[in-house]
Amino acid sequence: MTIFVNGEAQAHAANLAALLERMALSGAAVATAVNGCFVPRSQRERTRLDDGDHVEVLAPMQGG
Amino acid sequence: MDDLDLYGRRLSSRLLLGTAQYPSPACLEHAVRAARSEIVTVSLRRESGGPSGGQPFWKLVQGLGCRILPNTAGCHTVKDAVTTAHMARELFDTPWIKLEVIGDDDTLRPDVFGLVEAARILCVEGFEVFPYTTDDLGVAGRLLDAGCRVLMPWAAPIGSGRGLTDPYALRTLRAHFPDVPLIVDAGIGLPSQAAAAMEMGYDAVLLNTAVARAGDPVRMAAAFAAAVGAGRSAWLAGPMGERDMASPSTPVMGLAQWT
Repeated sequence: MTIFVNGEAQAHAANLAALLERMALSGAAVATAVNGCFVPRSQRERTRLDDGDHVEVLAPMQGG
Repeated sequence: MDDLDLYGRRLSSRLLLGTAQYPSPACLEHAVRAARSEIVTVSLRRESGGPSGGQPFWKLVQGLGCRILPNTAGCHTVKDAVTTAHMARELFDTPWIKLEVIGDDDTLRPDVFGLVEAARILCVEGFEVFPYTTDDLGVAGRLLDAGCRVLMPWAAPIGSGRGLTDPYALRTLRAHFPDVPLIVDAGIGLPSQAAAAMEMGYDAVLLNTAVARAGDPVRMAAAFAAAVGAGRSAWLAGPMGERDMASPSTPVMGLAQWT
């Protein structure tokens, strides 16, 4: 099974929290969305990831 | 005190600064301090990890001690802008959002229809929306109807440095909404242009490229701070009215008769 994380194909992860742990971003300042819908921090553990899901992991960045 | 009130937050600085395009993180830090800004804008982008990722940048921004105004830059649809706003609210722990819904990539002109729709959704959800809009009077009214209590009309396209391309429209907005905080956002290239906006009675100026792309961004930041302060003082002092014909400043009474 494959998921897409920030546009890149990656191996499947059971849920959003597990994915962030694998990316070493568990405690990082990031916000998440799955298939275009915002997923609050409190929901990451219970947000299952399915084959083909598109995950966005966004961080603070320079902006005008 | 001459504080700026934005959604109940009182601020002494009237210069909002963007955080992009600086030659180095240290330069950004020094420029914000030189500008004496109390609000900085930031964006959300994909986390790449490492030294160029979001975590070191976020640590730097937190150290500035400024209030954060996250943006929805790059969003072209209502849905994308609303989702980005939701993510920003959690990430930055603020109800403030600089709402951008872009309608055209060449000019970065706001899609004002999408902007109003997104503003309505976000205001209902408790966001305090700072809409990046045009200088259109009708759109401004719709944004206020949607619940916005601050408006941010552009002076010119983002990053163009063209200054106040339609002073009449900006003056009209100011006259029509005398009690709404109005921030000129985008298109300012020079401190004199920022001063001109403030002399019109605008409440603040938001800029980024004019400082970040200057030869000496820190010095330019200080120049903008001085210009915004001068323009504000001029507005409060009450500028004289223009007239077509000359009017001698030296008294005519008592002029010697030479013949």
